[in-house]
Amino acid sequence: MERGESWAIIGPSGCGKTTLLYLLAGLRRPERGQVFVASKPLRGPRRATGLILQDYGLLPWATAAENIDLGLRLRGIDGRERRRRVMEWMTHLGIASLAGRYPAQLSGGQRQRVAIARTLALEPDLLLMDEPFSALDALTREELQGLALELAVGRGLTTVLVTHSIEEAVFLGRRILVLGHPPVSAPDVIENPGAGDSSYRAQPEFHRVVRELRQRIQGTRAVVASKGE
Amino acid sequence: MPRWLRLPTGTNIVLAGLALLLLWQVGAWLVNSSILPGPGGVLLAFPSELRRGLMGHVMISAYRVGVSILLAGAVAAPLGMVMGLNRTLYTFTAPLVYVSYPIPKIVFLPLFLLFFGLGDMPKIAMIFLILFFQVLLLVRDAAQNVRAELVFSVRSLGAHGWQLLRYVYFPASLPALLSALRVSTGTAIAVLFFVESFGTSSGLGYYILVESWGRLDYTRMYVGVLSMALLGLATYYLLDFLEARLCRWTRVGG
Repeated sequence: MERGESWAIIGPSGCGKTTLLYLLAGLRRPERGQVFVASKPLRGPRRATGLILQDYGLLPWATAAENIDLGLRLRGIDGRERRRRVMEWMTHLGIASLAGRYPAQLSGGQRQRVAIARTLALEPDLLLMDEPFSALDALTREELQGLALELAVGRGLTTVLVTHSIEEAVFLGRRILVLGHPPVSAPDVIENPGAGDSSYRAQPEFHRVVRELRQRIQGTRAVVASKGE
Repeated sequence: MPRWLRLPTGTNIVLAGLALLLLWQVGAWLVNSSILPGPGGVLLAFPSELRRGLMGHVMISAYRVGVSILLAGAVAAPLGMVMGLNRTLYTFTAPLVYVSYPIPKIVFLPLFLLFFGLGDMPKIAMIFLILFFQVLLLVRDAAQNVRAELVFSVRSLGAHGWQLLRYVYFPASLPALLSALRVSTGTAIAVLFFVESFGTSSGLGYYILVESWGRLDYTRMYVGVLSMALLGLATYYLLDFLEARLCRWTRVGG
């Protein structure tokens, strides 16, 4: 993966998508081989890597503002600067009025906005996302996908998105890694240069790539099925 | 937490208290004997009893149960947290806890008296031991049940070692700790009564059994019983208040 690229990783359950993401985040160690991020071997969580999970990533006992503050606090940033950045990000993501609420008092979409704000407040250069929008209703999902796109492209972030949604992979991933069941089928990469444009969903190219991706995924399934017999 | 364990509002408490007093009064009328005086006489005797030494007994009882609660929290909570987090330790201690949990600890009282003498020590140790297991189990399970996603995401923010304890495992176990102590208040006071009933000359248990019941002074006995009930209620209320303040997030909707 190159700096500034946006990748989507898609594949059936149990193919190792999430494990791959945790390896990239430095939260798990490979049994063999090494992970390199920014030309350095990864030995643990990296400061400039942000991680957003599907759910349960926020501290249930901390308010939205305290959750966003946590990463800044762990980095030893002084109080005034922290308050400024927390406020700035909450305003930016339209959640300033929810500052004092606990995660249990927020909707799924609001929680993910808090998670995004918490991660981006740390100014990462690599953003890892594990099915961040899959628990949301369709409208909220598209809204947050648009937001993620805007933020990632606007900041030149390298993004890796793990998803099981074909549309989401095509909308957000300029390059899409299709994982099958190892060792039965080899991973496959689809080039998708149209992604990164907020109006991409309305273009014929989008639908063509969606169809292609669907066929590839069904292809890996067919291979699994025939080898299984 | 179950709804029925939550603290009702102020007015409801006053109403419930009044209803109990009324029930007591009706009982007194029906029995019509010196062994069940009405609440009026007992409440009137309260101030003079306080001056005549009851206050000292209340203080010593509160001290015994208070120290036991603090000790149980201070010892069992960290131990439970470590047991919940360390897989090896958990595997080794789980059978031990499983076997020792159902043993009625109160039967060790004679042993404690032999080891620790007749002072406050055996009483505090007895209540401590009973609370210890309640706290240990609940905190251990709370620490163990922290979601892996939460730990991963907080680690990805840069937390490690003691920071994970402080920001994740400690707050995750705090409601379990306070609930365990609060729910055990009744048992703690019951054990307090028992351990104060012999081998001592202070405390509410002594006051009720030796100074009142033993001397056939029934009004006084009820003053003691009422004091013990109020001690239990105050302890329960205090722990509930702490839980409401420190674990506000457990009581919000969602």
